[in-house]
Amino acid sequence: MDFKLSQKHMMAQTLFREFTEREVGPIACEIDETESFPTQTVEKLKKYGFLGIPVPKEYGGQGCDTLTYVMCVEQLGKLCGTTSVIVSAHTSLACDPILKFGSPEQKQKYLVPLANGTHLGAFALTEAGAGTDSAGQQTKATRDGDDYILNGTKIFITNGKEADTYIVFAMTDKTQGTRGISAFIVEKGTPGFTFGTKEKKMGIRGSSTYELIFRDCRIPKENLLGQEGKGFGIAMQTLDGGRIGIAAQALGIAEGAFEKTVAYVQERKQFGKPISYFQNTQFLLADLATRIEAAKLLVYKAAMAKDTQKRFSTEAAMAKLYASETALEVTNKCIQLHGGYGYMRDYEVERMMRDAKITEIYEGTSEVQRMVISGSILK
Amino acid sequence: MNIAVCIKQVPDTTEVKLDPKTGTLIREGIPSIMNPDDKAALEAALTIKDKLGAEVHVITMGPMQADAVLREALAMGADKAYLLTDRAFGGADTLATSTTLAAALSKIDFDLILAGRQAIDGDTAQVGPQIAEHLGIPNVSCAEDIEVNGKEITIKRWYEDRFHTVKVKMPCLITVLGEMNTPRYMTPGGIFDAYDTEVTDWKREDVTVDDTKIGLKGSPICVAASLPKSLKAAG
Repeated sequence: MDFKLSQKHMMAQTLFREFTEREVGPIACEIDETESFPTQTVEKLKKYGFLGIPVPKEYGGQGCDTLTYVMCVEQLGKLCGTTSVIVSAHTSLACDPILKFGSPEQKQKYLVPLANGTHLGAFALTEAGAGTDSAGQQTKATRDGDDYILNGTKIFITNGKEADTYIVFAMTDKTQGTRGISAFIVEKGTPGFTFGTKEKKMGIRGSSTYELIFRDCRIPKENLLGQEGKGFGIAMQTLDGGRIGIAAQALGIAEGAFEKTVAYVQERKQFGKPISYFQNTQFLLADLATRIEAAKLLVYKAAMAKDTQKRFSTEAAMAKLYASETALEVTNKCIQLHGGYGYMRDYEVERMMRDAKITEIYEGTSEVQRMVISGSILK
Repeated sequence: MNIAVCIKQVPDTTEVKLDPKTGTLIREGIPSIMNPDDKAALEAALTIKDKLGAEVHVITMGPMQADAVLREALAMGADKAYLLTDRAFGGADTLATSTTLAAALSKIDFDLILAGRQAIDGDTAQVGPQIAEHLGIPNVSCAEDIEVNGKEITIKRWYEDRFHTVKVKMPCLITVLGEMNTPRYMTPGGIFDAYDTEVTDWKREDVTVDDTKIGLKGSPICVAASLPKSLKAAG
């Protein structure tokens, strides 16, 4: 067992860190404050191949492994939760299901432009009444000749209005329950597909989170992803991968807040000395560093499991559960160590705590992760 | 067109701290990077490759760990990499270094050699021009812009308070200022490819050069002592 990163992984880590420090960090506060999607950053992510890291080269990707992709999401997350989730949702939730379940034609038509960054992807499962209970889909897809007709509304969709290609889930046969759900590839601009409300969020405020509305939206049958009725399985397997991405985002947020705090406690003086001289600070930093390290090992292990194992649901759930709860704990304590300044928006730990919270909720709440993990124990 | 780019692995001096007791650099734990001016030279080569098509060869002399800067260059888009590494090359000053590099470069069928103006650890700015002398080709230093027109290159060359526009015929050697460009990032796929690419290792026996001209023996310069500068008083 070897816990050391290979030379190429270390080089990739350096690349992602430098890119984040130069291109992402400087505008992180601004995009949060103005709730604006970082279009220029996404152009750069495209230019340097960050939008298709684990996708094979034959489909326009970089041909790297999941660990490399995860390190990218992690490093971006250190300074900007928004940019991190743009890459994670695009790669894990849009590229990955087409790679895994798409036909050769679908891969050429949709995966290639996603993986080379020409198009951005999104994943639409959640509905007003179907959150954790994602089987309760109300969106319907009715077969009509060579098409399906989509009707329904999806909410809280990451990359919502900015994406070009959407993976959309809908009921093709309500009598079949989860076995009546199917997955579709939907292009932006398809007649009958419009956008609703832009969500006002607590964190990841630069992320484009929208309601998607389908009204008699005609989708050619060629855009059915996988088989009819297999959509629920596609959604669950896709989310297994997505959870590793969100776990990496959470890990990055925790690391980013921690690094800022380590610098701060050595500068901030109270009672005539830097607050890093106090045992309270020292012990707290020790605890946080240990938690972060444990989270990192779980996240990297889950990433490797995705590449080597057929099923990795438990590893992904453990990584997401632990990393997201670590992110909230670490950012909370980092604000505490910053004192009143940490509560101010001038100090980035405030934003990081707001960004951290969502990692406990999206792509399966912590409660869902506990269900997945306990289910694997008590089967 | 074949472009050879000379690069050097250096300690990241922005991260180097001084030992307060001895006044010497603390090198332990300091990351090694590609020398910034050399990276600009590589970017210049890759820009020419993008525009006109070229094969970009990168070469470095150093310990085995210097392999990392060659991989980085490959991940940025270079095509071939050569590592000159042998204990016999160790302890070289600028003259012995340039002699060894020139001998190695003569094995590559180059039209143009690009190098950084100077390295941030030695700051001599001698190796590039010396290589040109050994190879008997023209050298233009301190380029801030390069334009290739057929067999001729037009160079905007920084010269104290002004620029010179210089035209030179290939083959030639140009040293490049870090200010010339912003080097591109590597790509993740480029990194994976770089580690699948073979770096050619050249040992002592692979270069045709006299024993007395390489390594410590071939180095007329001897640094007798290295002392910290005394701080100037305020005002």
